[in-house]
Amino acid sequence: MAEEKKQFRVIGTRPIRHDGTDKVTGYARYGADIHLSGMLYGKVLRSPHAHAVIKRIDTSKAEALPGVMAVITGRDLPEVADRLEELGEQVTNIRDESHNVLATGKVLYHGHAVAAVAAVSPHVAEEALKLIEVEYEVLEPVLDVLEAMKPDAPLLNPNLRTRGIGEEDGKPSNIAQHFQNKHGDVEKGFAEADYVVEREFRTTMVHQGYIEPQNATAYVRPDGSVTIWCSTQGAFAVRSQVAQLCKIPVSKIKVVPMEIGGGFGGKTVVYLEPLAVLLSKKTGRPVKMWMNRAEVLQATGPTSGSVIRVKMGCKKDGTLTAAQATLIYEAGAFPGSPVGAGAGVIFAPYRLPNVQIDGYDVLVNKPKTGAYRAPGGTNAAFAAESVVDELARLCGMDPLEFRLKNGVKEGDRRADGPRLPRVGYLETVRAAMESDHYKTPLEPSPDPTKRRGRGVASGFWFNGGGPSSVLVKVNEDGTVDLIEGSTDIGGTRASCAMIVAEVLGLPAEDVHPHVVDTDSIGYTSVTGGSSVTHKTGWASYLAAQEVREEVIRRAALLWSVEPAEVEYHDDGTLTCKSDPSKKTTFKEIAAQMNRTGGPIEGKGTINAGGAGPGFGTHIVDVEVDIETGKVDILRYTAVQDVGRAIHPAYVEGQIEGGVAQGAGWALTEEYYYDEKGHLLNSSLLDYRMPTALDLPLIETILVEVPNPNHPLGVRGVGETPIVPPAGAIANAIYDAVGIRLTRLPMKPSYVLEELIKAGLTS
Amino acid sequence: MKPIDYVRARTLDEAVLLLRQGGERARVLAGGTDLIVQVRENRRDVDLFVDIKNIPETNRLEYDPEHGLTLGAAVPCYRIYGNPAVAKAYPGLIDAVAMIGSVQIQGRATVGGNLCNASPAADSIPPMIVYRGVCHIYGPQGSRVVPVEEFCTGPGQTVLGPGELLVWIHFPPPERHAQAHYLRFTPRNEMDIAVAGSAAYVRLNGERIASARVALSAVAPTPLFVPEVGEYLAGKEITDEVIRQAGELAKAAARPITDMRGTAEQRKHLSAVLTRRALRGAIQRAQEA
Ligand SMILES: Cc1cc2nc3c(=O)[nH]c(=O)nc-3n(C[C@H](O)[C@H](O)[C@H](O)COP(=O)(O)OP(=O)(O)OC[C@H]3O[C@@H](n4cnc5c(N)ncnc54)[C@H](O)[C@@H]3O)c2cc1C
Repeated sequence: MAEEKKQFRVIGTRPIRHDGTDKVTGYARYGADIHLSGMLYGKVLRSPHAHAVIKRIDTSKAEALPGVMAVITGRDLPEVADRLEELGEQVTNIRDESHNVLATGKVLYHGHAVAAVAAVSPHVAEEALKLIEVEYEVLEPVLDVLEAMKPDAPLLNPNLRTRGIGEEDGKPSNIAQHFQNKHGDVEKGFAEADYVVEREFRTTMVHQGYIEPQNATAYVRPDGSVTIWCSTQGAFAVRSQVAQLCKIPVSKIKVVPMEIGGGFGGKTVVYLEPLAVLLSKKTGRPVKMWMNRAEVLQATGPTSGSVIRVKMGCKKDGTLTAAQATLIYEAGAFPGSPVGAGAGVIFAPYRLPNVQIDGYDVLVNKPKTGAYRAPGGTNAAFAAESVVDELARLCGMDPLEFRLKNGVKEGDRRADGPRLPRVGYLETVRAAMESDHYKTPLEPSPDPTKRRGRGVASGFWFNGGGPSSVLVKVNEDGTVDLIEGSTDIGGTRASCAMIVAEVLGLPAEDVHPHVVDTDSIGYTSVTGGSSVTHKTGWASYLAAQEVREEVIRRAALLWSVEPAEVEYHDDGTLTCKSDPSKKTTFKEIAAQMNRTGGPIEGKGTINAGGAGPGFGTHIVDVEVDIETGKVDILRYTAVQDVGRAIHPAYVEGQIEGGVAQGAGWALTEEYYYDEKGHLLNSSLLDYRMPTALDLPLIETILVEVPNPNHPLGVRGVGETPIVPPAGAIANAIYDAVGIRLTRLPMKPSYVLEELIKAGLTS
Repeated sequence: MKPIDYVRARTLDEAVLLLRQGGERARVLAGGTDLIVQVRENRRDVDLFVDIKNIPETNRLEYDPEHGLTLGAAVPCYRIYGNPAVAKAYPGLIDAVAMIGSVQIQGRATVGGNLCNASPAADSIPPMIVYRGVCHIYGPQGSRVVPVEEFCTGPGQTVLGPGELLVWIHFPPPERHAQAHYLRFTPRNEMDIAVAGSAAYVRLNGERIASARVALSAVAPTPLFVPEVGEYLAGKEITDEVIRQAGELAKAAARPITDMRGTAEQRKHLSAVLTRRALRGAIQRAQEA
């Protein structure tokens, strides 16, 4: 159903983004910009322990401090049902979420919220926190998944039993889930192999690192209706979660999504919103809350650390015969790691006759993990792509040749079941082989203390869809407003506006996109799963089509002809087939619309399926300082099948951003806990995300294999690019120094340790 | 955070008086790039900031080839590297002040604050040690001087007594055929804190090293002067083996810990690597000097 039209007027061009001026001039309004009269400030008291029973909380001294207006604890939250809530790439259990926003009974990680205060100033609120007395009985924490799986491990939740595949004994456990994806016979497959490689990989918890901390302002009016201003990837998801957590009907809540300073999956679950609502309800005044960086790192939703075992086998000619993996992911304090997605990603690029994947979701005393850009994918691909690299070397094959030989195409079956629709994986491998980067030999370093190497890796992401709503209304001056519910974190105002402009034959600047609150547009699922240009772009397409049809009817009316006589041209002009003298334009129809039948509007609502899976192949050159273990990235090229690049610059931006985050995950980012479970590096000084000086210019190559299930061929593009970097960098390090690294991050102390072991430095 | 009083002192005596009156909870405020962060993060309780940025003596930045450099405690980094004569005479100090934080931080941060904050990882302290800096301190009992290498006594601890403040640091004029170099190791290329650092100063006599001084950062409770390296190098010919040996002596002197920024083994290893590299850098500069 993809439009076969090759010539687009707007799609594929690079207009200035519609929200650009506001962002560069500082006019764009973020959650921190909310100021209401009578507003109070809320702060959260957090657990200093990773695992403890709350014996007693005494808030009386805090309440007595002048300026304090309300204090709440877990007891102020209503009992809520054990119910699952869809959040795009993540499902959350509302009861767990209630226990996460304010602990009741037990604290399960360092930073777990135990009480919240509203006061006349943020400073008074902070001082009040010091006056809240909490008596804890400290319990032994469990921080490592393998420890947590042992039968005698301390239990986070003594009522939790494994949801499994029949082998479980019904005893309480930290293993929330065990699943298995399987087809063929791996034993047989390994027996047929000439080479078998088996390795164990370990990765640590990492954070999305969005620059804007979580924030929320809530006002509960005397009639019980609630307004929430916040930084979120999904206003309707906030509405639904707050409704359930605070037991307020959805229709009484209006969520106003403010401009968002990054989310990467981390801003779908609520943390502060319900607290601000409860504090506002108690005080009758608006309450504003925001986290500092330490709170963001300690107590929002980073992604899982993991232990991953991979075994793969191939014949001498490189044909893969079998692959097996065990993925054990940290869920954090409550069930729900992205291990399922990791299992879907791990072998996705490869055609495998025999495959078996076991996944475990394991509780540990760390924050409840949340979605992070291609959740669970980067660590999984790191493991598999390292093993693939090793197999290619054993076969004496070029690693891209090896991938070409074994790569998936339409009709191949994924390890987790479904058959692939039309995908562009092989096209990315070929484009990588043809790239200037791959064709340019890597020069050795002139410095004897530096070794250079090149690595490649591939990656996959499912991409998503979901419900979305769009309104397009025509203005008398011939421009249109595009009203949408998708918060814009990746340039989607621009991509959706360009789709409308394309359909109506307008310049992109004549479409004004507006992201509005939950009262002003129909339900729209979260900005996640690389879904917005797919689903909201599709809804925009439908809404614009409706406007187009109506414009045709108006022209027919003016000319007293049948609508079928009217031809709507790509440049926004209209002509009459039977009478060439009759000509008009979209602008002229717009100017007359109130005299020809009234305002013109179009709507598009959809529950978009048919998301096109994304594949990418990356090439990286690194330089290893063998005296210090530092790894520098010299050159990076990311090739990706992007379906159709609506706005190529923002597609490239997504790819560059994904690579930057993947490189941080690969080399320097990690959650660093002491043995008692205290997070020691909860600042951006010591949680080391790469800076501009740590990354080279990232080259991108866009391959366009249109998604046949989207009217414009769109595939999600935002997540695939974070999947290959860790594997590609590890493979490049191997190429440079001949050492197979199996832990993330590949930080200098770890690399140095291995260089010393290998006798490369002393 | 509680309300904090702020006073802009105009004279050294006024500052000393305010510090004495304020006691434990009065702190000197220079650039504030350590102090304000610490207070906001509840790591330090302060009732009074005594701002020293308007005292003439702490703003001195005076250099002449005969008397050396007088570097006021409140002079921000950008003024130091922005002064061509100073930059030419003390490039090893410039290595550090151009490295601290970022351009924004360098607009505020002072070398005096770096020293008085007494972080073992402070970047400007090792070069100040190897350039033979001397701290001029003023307090209720008047003035006294302390060599930079003796100024820090532990993490966050200095020789400053109640009511005392650092006024300036004085450096002797550059010697002929001598120069210094400072470098640090960080996992990131900027906005990071030293896992280890090394400053080396060498004076050459033809193909030989006449004298040398080496100081390390982030490998002991304080920035660490390592006289053994200088003693070993004095009179030695410049060879790879001599430089390697000097690195080993630095490594032997390092007494690091393991923390989130690096492991003890890594820091010991880096002490040798960085000392070798700093020595080579200093020798090259000395040859050009
Ligand atoms: C983002 C960022 C990056 C940074 N990067 C680096 C880096 O790369 N390397 C590095 O070494 N540091 C770094 N720092 C730390 C800091 O910037 C430096 O230590 C700086 O030199 C401190 O100087 P200041 O003038 O801001 O000191 P202040 O914060 O004003 O003072 C620091 C301490 O010294 C005391 N003090 C200051 N002056 C005197 C005086 N004259 N007499 C007595 N006591 C005094 C103060 O009371 C306070 O306790 C960084 C800080 C930030 C925020």
